[in-house]
Amino acid sequence: MAVLVLADHDGSAVTQPTRSAVAAASKLGDVTVLVLGPRSAADSAAKVAGVAKVLHTEDALYTNGLAEPLAALLVSMAPEYSHLLAPASAAGKNVMPRLAALLDVQVISDIAGVVDADTFVRPIYAGNALATVKSADPKKVITVRAASFDPAAAEGGSAAVEAAPKGEDPGLSNFLGAEIAKSERPELTAAKVVVSGGRAMGSAENFHIIESVADKLGAAVGASRAAVDAGYAPNDHQVGQTGKIVAPDLYIAVGISGAIQHLAGMKDSKVIVAINKDEEAPIFSVADYGLVGDLFKVMPEFESELAKK
Amino acid sequence: MKLLVPVKRVVDYNVKVRVKADHTGVETANVKMSMNPFDEIAVEEAVRLKEKGAATEIIAVSAGPTACQEQIRTALAMGADRGILIEHDGILEPLAVAKLLKAVIAKESPDLVILGKQAIDDDMNATGQMLAALLGWPQGTYASKVEPADGGIKVTREVDGGLERLQLKLPAIVTTDLRLNEPRYASLPNIMKARKKPIETLKPADLGVDVSPRLTVLKVEEPPKRQAGKKVGSVQELVEKLRNEAKVI
Repeated sequence: MAVLVLADHDGSAVTQPTRSAVAAASKLGDVTVLVLGPRSAADSAAKVAGVAKVLHTEDALYTNGLAEPLAALLVSMAPEYSHLLAPASAAGKNVMPRLAALLDVQVISDIAGVVDADTFVRPIYAGNALATVKSADPKKVITVRAASFDPAAAEGGSAAVEAAPKGEDPGLSNFLGAEIAKSERPELTAAKVVVSGGRAMGSAENFHIIESVADKLGAAVGASRAAVDAGYAPNDHQVGQTGKIVAPDLYIAVGISGAIQHLAGMKDSKVIVAINKDEEAPIFSVADYGLVGDLFKVMPEFESELAKK
Repeated sequence: MKLLVPVKRVVDYNVKVRVKADHTGVETANVKMSMNPFDEIAVEEAVRLKEKGAATEIIAVSAGPTACQEQIRTALAMGADRGILIEHDGILEPLAVAKLLKAVIAKESPDLVILGKQAIDDDMNATGQMLAALLGWPQGTYASKVEPADGGIKVTREVDGGLERLQLKLPAIVTTDLRLNEPRYASLPNIMKARKKPIETLKPADLGVDVSPRLTVLKVEEPPKRQAGKKVGSVQELVEKLRNEAKVI
């Protein structure tokens, strides 16, 4: 039986976490991707390696990702699929449990591994344990931890794009507006390098120290919960158990002590660098390279050293 | 407006959990238990709505073993008016909890249910959305602001790129994110007062709900341990290592 992946897109192409969900879905059956948005996003999905079919609609009902109409649409499509997956993004985590309950199945959130068609590995307790769970439900509804699956290649596929079915509007909610930050930097969950700042940054103004090093490295900017709570960085920068989960090639933690909730969001990074003035900080216990020092001295020096070839 | 706030008993967020030697789960014996932090935020939001005059009554509900009374008492001490304990030993998955809550809601008819977005034990991030689905109610998940408006509620949500705002019809489901508020500590007089507030005890069978789990945990393991690396002495050494040893820049 086919499997369905609900895509996230950035307005023009499907996101890298979506391609990670495709990679997970490929282990379960022939992959159909559902794209709700511009035609260009559907075309980008059709080119992803391993995608057999793309279903597409530009229906304005789904433009803002409201969970109620979207879950209703997915329920109407569900009979044709054994598994319905989405990346564990804010959008996927919002709608998939709603879909699961409508189908009377238990959602399997944030999977980090596929064992077989019924059995999945997922982190629990902030990633301090990995549970292997077997579902007895006839249909599986799943969100996929992007950091745990190498994304399917963006090129190489040539799937047909067909029209998605029409759905009903339950009329329960209205979209009022959004403040979405536009940034030239790579998306946090897709970046090869992430530079994150913690409470020790001291102010929102000081965060430019992080940003200018990030720009030298072509990196995304992250933050600890403490830095976000203090208003030094916006909420969508938060890396951790309940924020974003990242696994870049290089993660640089600056002035972050390393609470387990933060480690949960970044400990699968390939190389971790910790810069902290407290040499006892727990972040050093997971860092490949630790530098003990005052970030306000170290970071400008780091930036100028990066400029040298 | 009548409010219902579900609260979960979980291993305290400061506890470093250990996987059991037989790989059946994590050690929970003799471990400090607390209210799920996101649920504390939910209780706080409900209490603030009541203090503002927007809510009339707050009911705190917990499902799990008898000891969940402690978490209900905490909610009562923070300002909830009464409690309901749905007593059950054994695993309760989000779908089962959503069904139990739906049955309680059928009796209590609240206008708004505020839940934590995620429990820090199973990290499922599901109960609120599942409950909304079963009731056919709108959902405002990951809320950083909740305001009664135009006969419904306006919810500001934390999403991947920033924030978005939704208008929801009532009755509705809201799940809390970290920035919604900072929960208060219950004062001693309020803790004393909470002891006199009523807690009703029910069983899943009283509510006619089948709570059998759908997932079987085959094993629980520790994730691969990361080895601490080395300390470097200077920025020059760090950049040299990143370029030539790790080859990541």
